[in-house]
Amino acid sequence: MTTPTAEPVFDELTRQRAKEIIARYPQSRSALLPMLHLVQSVQGYVSQDGIRFCAEQLDLTTAEVSAVVTFYTMYKRRPSGEHLVSVCTNTLCAALGGDAIYQSLRERLGSEGRPLGHEQTVGEPGSSGSITLEHVECLAACDLAPVLQVNYEYFDRQSVESAGELVDALRRGEKPRPTRGAPLTDWRTVERELAGFFDDLPAAVEGPSAAEETLRGTRLAERNGWAAPAMPEHVELPALPEKK
Amino acid sequence: MTEATLTPVLTRSWTSARSWSQDTYERLGGYQALRAVLRGADGPVQPDRLIQLVKDSGLRGRGGAGFPTGLKWSFIPQGTTGAAAKPHYLVLNADEGEPGTCKDIPLMMADPHSLVEGCVITSYAIRANYCAIYVRGEALHCIRRVQHAVNEAYAAGYLGKNILGSGFDLDIVVHAGAGAYICGEETALLDSLEGRRGQPRLKPPFPATAGLYGAPTVVNNVETIASVPAIVRGGSEWFRAMGTAKSPGPKIYSLSGHVELPGQYEAPLGITLRELLVMAGGMKDGIPLKFWTPGGSSTPLFTAEHLDVPLDFEGAAAAGSMLGTTAIMLFNETVSVPWAVMKWTEFYKHESCGKCTPCREGCYWLLEILRRMVAGEGTESDIETMLDVCDNILGRSFCALGDGAVSPIASGIQYFRQEFLDLCKTQAGTGPAARADLVGAQA
Repeated sequence: MTTPTAEPVFDELTRQRAKEIIARYPQSRSALLPMLHLVQSVQGYVSQDGIRFCAEQLDLTTAEVSAVVTFYTMYKRRPSGEHLVSVCTNTLCAALGGDAIYQSLRERLGSEGRPLGHEQTVGEPGSSGSITLEHVECLAACDLAPVLQVNYEYFDRQSVESAGELVDALRRGEKPRPTRGAPLTDWRTVERELAGFFDDLPAAVEGPSAAEETLRGTRLAERNGWAAPAMPEHVELPALPEKK
Repeated sequence: MTEATLTPVLTRSWTSARSWSQDTYERLGGYQALRAVLRGADGPVQPDRLIQLVKDSGLRGRGGAGFPTGLKWSFIPQGTTGAAAKPHYLVLNADEGEPGTCKDIPLMMADPHSLVEGCVITSYAIRANYCAIYVRGEALHCIRRVQHAVNEAYAAGYLGKNILGSGFDLDIVVHAGAGAYICGEETALLDSLEGRRGQPRLKPPFPATAGLYGAPTVVNNVETIASVPAIVRGGSEWFRAMGTAKSPGPKIYSLSGHVELPGQYEAPLGITLRELLVMAGGMKDGIPLKFWTPGGSSTPLFTAEHLDVPLDFEGAAAAGSMLGTTAIMLFNETVSVPWAVMKWTEFYKHESCGKCTPCREGCYWLLEILRRMVAGEGTESDIETMLDVCDNILGRSFCALGDGAVSPIASGIQYFRQEFLDLCKTQAGTGPAARADLVGAQA
């Protein structure tokens, strides 16, 4: 079941990568989520062509693929910016300033007195300095609240001021360093990584990962000489349980 | 009573340089447990002995529910007939997203090899040759670190064919999610991993008999499986020397919010918030504690009255909440409870998968009521309406998401009803009833 319609959009390399994703799994349909990330990395969103491409690769109907695309928030249905800025507005971040950060970014990135809306883009999608803004649920960095992500890299302990400076720099085409994670690239590149394709993984894994907060308990224990009980020299595994 | 202390086991290596690399992990004793299992003096150990070890240790699931891990593993049918003859799978739930919860992401960033080693040992114990680590898509750097650790483990012969000459084969795939809290529910996660909408399945059958691709599957949390290598090295007695009889072992407590020193604190199960707060420098700027969650937003709220509740599975439950993921979010007196509850309800409404009516409709209407109330347009009867809706969700929804959505609302009203009533009083001054008053209708 192949139709030539998707051919001009997705080149041979993308088709090869789609095959590689399928090969990772015991059953081909498991490849759908990473393949949709791959499609986004090529087009900057999941288009109808992208849906058709996945359907062809996996022998699914376009309706089956569409049902999956619309379920997950990370699949964007409109062309997205060079960068995706995601602000946590869940309760804890919101109480510590996340709501104020999101509102200030909406206004800062809006134009003609109209604040930018959720999943809306400032600048020509994909062009240098273009930004898609969204509010998101808990990003699992609550000890570093309020947090936001740019292309899924963490910018911890933000304020209205620091977040404003950050998006201004992004608009100018700069790429400020995340608090934790790899140096910024762009949203399409990280979508390719989410599909499992890395340019230089040994280099990308470097970079700061543990914030002061992350290490607080361990450092406190080191300072106070606290530790788990010592492990015994030799441990025998238990015998097989008696068959009942 | 002795002074409470921390017992770093999982977090011990996090302060080491490049703690996430195989070099550092092995220098600190990493992969010794795997060698002991697969290259013992008498050859590879019998897998059932590992299951027995984990049962003896009393390890309970760290993803929130606290189910005994060894027991879960023992439910996997073994043999050559029926369901047992199908391939077995290990699936790691690394879809951390419960509000307040922030332990698995730092663990995968700082020490991905403990997870990989745990996966190999667990897969060997349940006789699985394929393991999927389902990582939340937004946790990109974790995905890099875990994928890199998997690559290093393949190169070192800890993964792939004939691991350490034992004849045991294992492949691990690192799978990125795509943004859906519900995929943290184990059967929704399996549907998502199969390339579908992440909606929960009816249980039974449980994943142990019909999980991934309808085959026997263990689904475990990151912190649970990362604990396994230490249990193999230290033994069950060592593990039980920490924590309580029914909730043994160390646990990563994540403190966030209005506290001086938020962060990750690995302590024996059963520690109290009062003890943790001493370590974390007390409440921020000395403003008193008003309410907190013991284990994420799905666990009913606690108040300053609950500072001495032992934070283990039994203690939290006896005090009317749940241990959950030990995600302790602290809120001081400046935070409005109805507002906080409304924000959490926005989350549940957004993340409800839509499969079952009580949760889909209930969360929607609860949010409508709460928004109206916070806007100062609520009435006293709204409180009873909300409790009634909660009653129709709790225990009647398809999965635990609905139960979780009820937790902040029901507990918020239980402990802070007056605050909800005060919002209605505001309404009495400005809303329709007040206007009726003005024209003398009530006189």
